[in-house]
Amino acid sequence: MYFARRLTFAIPLLLVISALAFALVHLAPGGPFDRERAPASPEIERNLKAAYHLDEPVWKQYLRFFGLVWQKGATGHWHHEPASFNISYKYRSHRVSDIIGQALPVSMTLGALAFGFAMGVGLPLGFITAARRGSWPDYAGSFLAILAVCVPGFVVGPLLILVFSVKLHWLPVALWESPAHMILPAIALGLFFSGKIARLFREGMLTAAQSEFIAAARAKGLGENLLLLKHAVRIAILPVVSFSGPMLADLLTGSFVIENIFQIPGIGVFFINSALNSDYTVAVDLALLYAILLVVLNLIVDFSYTRLDPRVKYE
Amino acid sequence: MWRNVFFHLLISAVVFLTSGCLHRETPADITIINNAEPESLDPAIISGIPEFRIVIGLFEGLTRLDPKTAQPIPGLAQSWDVSPDGCTYTFHLRIHLVWSTGEPITADDVVYSWLRAASPATASDYAGAFFYLKNGEAFVTGKIKNRSLVGIHALDRRTVRVELNHPTAFFLDLCALPVMSIVPRQTIEKYGDRWLMAQPLPVSGPFELAYWRPNDKVRFKKNPLYWDAANTQSQIIDILPLGSPDTALNLYENAQADIVLDRTLVPGELLDVLRKRPDFHPFNYLGTYFIRLNVTKKPFDDPRVRRALALAIDKKLIVTKITRGGEVLAATLVPPWTANYASPPGLGYDPVLARQLLAEAGYPGGKGFPRFEYMFDAAAGGGSKLHQDIAIELQQMWRDNLGIQMDLRQVEWKVLLSSYSDLAYEAARSSWIGDYDDANTFLDCFTSQNGNNRTGWKNPRYDTLINQANAQADLKKREQLFRQAETLLIHDEMPIIPIFYYVGLNYFDTNKIQGFYQNILDDHPLEYLRKVSPKPKVQSPD
Repeated sequence: MYFARRLTFAIPLLLVISALAFALVHLAPGGPFDRERAPASPEIERNLKAAYHLDEPVWKQYLRFFGLVWQKGATGHWHHEPASFNISYKYRSHRVSDIIGQALPVSMTLGALAFGFAMGVGLPLGFITAARRGSWPDYAGSFLAILAVCVPGFVVGPLLILVFSVKLHWLPVALWESPAHMILPAIALGLFFSGKIARLFREGMLTAAQSEFIAAARAKGLGENLLLLKHAVRIAILPVVSFSGPMLADLLTGSFVIENIFQIPGIGVFFINSALNSDYTVAVDLALLYAILLVVLNLIVDFSYTRLDPRVKYE
Repeated sequence: MWRNVFFHLLISAVVFLTSGCLHRETPADITIINNAEPESLDPAIISGIPEFRIVIGLFEGLTRLDPKTAQPIPGLAQSWDVSPDGCTYTFHLRIHLVWSTGEPITADDVVYSWLRAASPATASDYAGAFFYLKNGEAFVTGKIKNRSLVGIHALDRRTVRVELNHPTAFFLDLCALPVMSIVPRQTIEKYGDRWLMAQPLPVSGPFELAYWRPNDKVRFKKNPLYWDAANTQSQIIDILPLGSPDTALNLYENAQADIVLDRTLVPGELLDVLRKRPDFHPFNYLGTYFIRLNVTKKPFDDPRVRRALALAIDKKLIVTKITRGGEVLAATLVPPWTANYASPPGLGYDPVLARQLLAEAGYPGGKGFPRFEYMFDAAAGGGSKLHQDIAIELQQMWRDNLGIQMDLRQVEWKVLLSSYSDLAYEAARSSWIGDYDDANTFLDCFTSQNGNNRTGWKNPRYDTLINQANAQADLKKREQLFRQAETLLIHDEMPIIPIFYYVGLNYFDTNKIQGFYQNILDDHPLEYLRKVSPKPKVQSPD
C-alpha cells in the first residue's frame, strides 16, 4: 500500500521536474539552431524554427513535448500533432529513443561494474577499519578511503591509463569493445564511491557496535569478529543501502568525464552535451530518465530496509 | 536482501556483457579519428567540418575535389561545357551511373537534389551556394515557388544545364560542396528526417554507410557500384567521433587509430614535442582567427578606435607564445594561400600610431575610454584554453599600449553564437574557415545583408565592390575589385581585427597510410586511403 502510494506521488513529481527542466533549457541563452555559420538568409532560420515548432510559445511546446496538441487543419478538421519528446534538434537523423537505447545499456554496464567495484572494495575496507579501530590498519584504510573520495575521476582515469595501458600494456587505452576495455573505466568511475562506502560502512559499524543488542551478544561471550560479522553488519549496512539509491542512479546514467576519457559510447556525454547544444527535448528526456531512475531506486532502497531491519515498517 | 540486489546487478551486468552492447566485428582497414559526433550526415543539413569529412564519402556532386590540390575535378559529371559569357554550364553525367542499390542516377536526380537543398522547407544553412543560380536567391528565400524558374534543368537523362546570374569563378568549387551533392529522392521522400537510417541507403559516393552509432562510430564499406569503384582502396573505414586530444593521441600511439584529422586533437601541452615528429603533418589551412568589434556600440562605432585597437596588438607574441603551431600572423582576412588573389597590405603592430589614433578619437592615453567586455568561448576539446590565453594577452596589450581596461567573459559556445547574431557583445573572438578556395568565401561574409557579418558594419561601397567582383569574368580585374573591398575591411574600417591564419595538423604515419594529402581545405577524399605494411628498412648502398 505504502509503495503504491509512493509510486502515485512520483507522477506529479515527474511532471514538475519535466516542466522545470523544460523551462530552464528554454531560458538558457542560445537555441538549437544557432550555428557558427549563419543561414543564408533570415527566412531560412525562420523556416527551420517553424518546422520544429520553436516559434510557438513555450507552454505550447511543452504540451507538444507530450503530444498534447491538436491543430485545426486546412480542411477544418482537428488533428492530433505528434509528440516531440522523441526528436532531437541536434541529431536530426536519430530518434531520441534510438540514442538512449544504444547508449544507456553501455552506461548501465559500466555503472553496474563500477558499483560492483565500489562495493567489493568499500565494504571490506569499511569492515576492517571498523573492526581494527584505532590501530594501523584503521589509519591506513581510512587514509585510502579519503584518498579515493578526494581524487577526481579526471585524475584517476588518465593515471590508470598511463600505468596500465601506456606503460605496462596490460589493458587497452580507450574504446568499448571487449571485457578488457571495461576494467579501467569501471575502476576510475567506482573509486570515488568505494571510498564513500568504506567511510559510511565504518561509521555504521561503529554505531552498531555500541547498540544494546551487540552488548548483549558480547556479554553472551560471542567472538568479536563473528559478532560484528553476524549481527552488526545487518544494521551497519543501512546507511550504505540508502546511499546506494542515488549512487546507482548516478552510476547507471553514465559519467561525462569517464566516458570522454575512455571514449565510451554511453549516455553521460549526452546529458552534458544536450544542455550545451540547447537540444531541448533530449535534455528534458534525460532529466526525466534520471528522475525516474532515482525514484525507482529510492523505492527499492526503502523496500530493502524492511527486509534488513525488522524494526522498520511502513504504514 | 542486499546480497540479492547485489547478485541481481551482477547477473544483469553479465547479461549486458554477453548481449548486444559488445560488438565483435570485422576490424576496419583504416580507422580515422574525426572530432565531434556528426550532427547529421544529410549533405543539405550539415554545416560543420567533421560532418563534411564523412559525407563526401557517401554522396558525390557533379564535381569533387582533387585530394592533393583541393581543386575541382570531374565527379558524377564526366565533363561540362561553359558558354562564352560564363553564365551557362552544361554538365554531362557519366555513362551507367548507378546508386549503390543499382538504380540509375539521372539528370533528374541532380535537379531534385539541388532544388531540395535550395528549398526553404529544407532550411539548409548552406543554401547560399544556390544564390549564384538564376532565381536561386528568390527560390531559397521563398519569394518564388515555381521550381522551373530556377536555373537548373535536366535536358535529357544525362545532361544538366545550369544558368548563373554572373560568371562565377568558383562555381565548379561550389558543385563539390556537400550541399550540392546528389541524394536519393525515393528514400528521402519515404523516410523524411531519418532517411539516412534507411536500409539499404542508396548512395552516390565511393562508400556505403554500414552503420552509424551515435557517439560510437560511423562505419563505411566500399560501394562496389560506384563509378570509380575499381580505384577505391579500402573495404572498410571506421570514423570515430572523439573530442579528447589525450584519448586521440593514446589511441593513435597504440595503433588503434591510423589517422587523426583535427588540429584540436593535438594535446596542447605536447604540441612543441609532437610538431617535430615526422608523422605530424602541418599545413596551411584556409582559415583566419580574428576579433569581431560591434560597430553599433560606442566607442567601437569610430573607425579610429577600431584601428587603434588593431595597431596595439603584438600578434607575433600571440603566435609564438600561445598558439605555437606555426601559425602565420594575419593582417588581412583572406589567407595568403588563397587561389587567384593577393590581399592588400593591412595594419601591423604600431603602438605609437595606435595611441595617436585613440587620442584623435577623443581618448588621449585611454582617458575616458569606457570599460568594455571581450567575449570568448572555451576552446574546442575542452582541455585547451587557447581563446582564454589570447584574451588575457589582448587585455594586457591594450592596457599597456592604449591605457584602456577590458573585462573578460567566457561563455558557452551557443551563448557566443547568439550574442554574435543579436549583436549583444562589444568585442568577441571569432574565426572563419573558407568553404572553397576563393577570396569570396571570406569577403562575402561582410556584405551588409550577410548573416555572417555579425558586426553591424554596413558599407554600401563594400557591397558594390563585392558584387562587381563577382560579376567580373576577368580574374585580374576581379582580384583588383576584391583588393579594394578588403582594404576597406581590414585597413580603413576594421570591423574585424585579423590575428593569425590557421595552420592545420593531421597525424598519421606515411609508412602505413597512403593516399592521404594535406591541402588548404583539409579535405581528404576517403577512397584514396590505403593501408600498407611498413616498408622494410632499406640498407643504403654507401
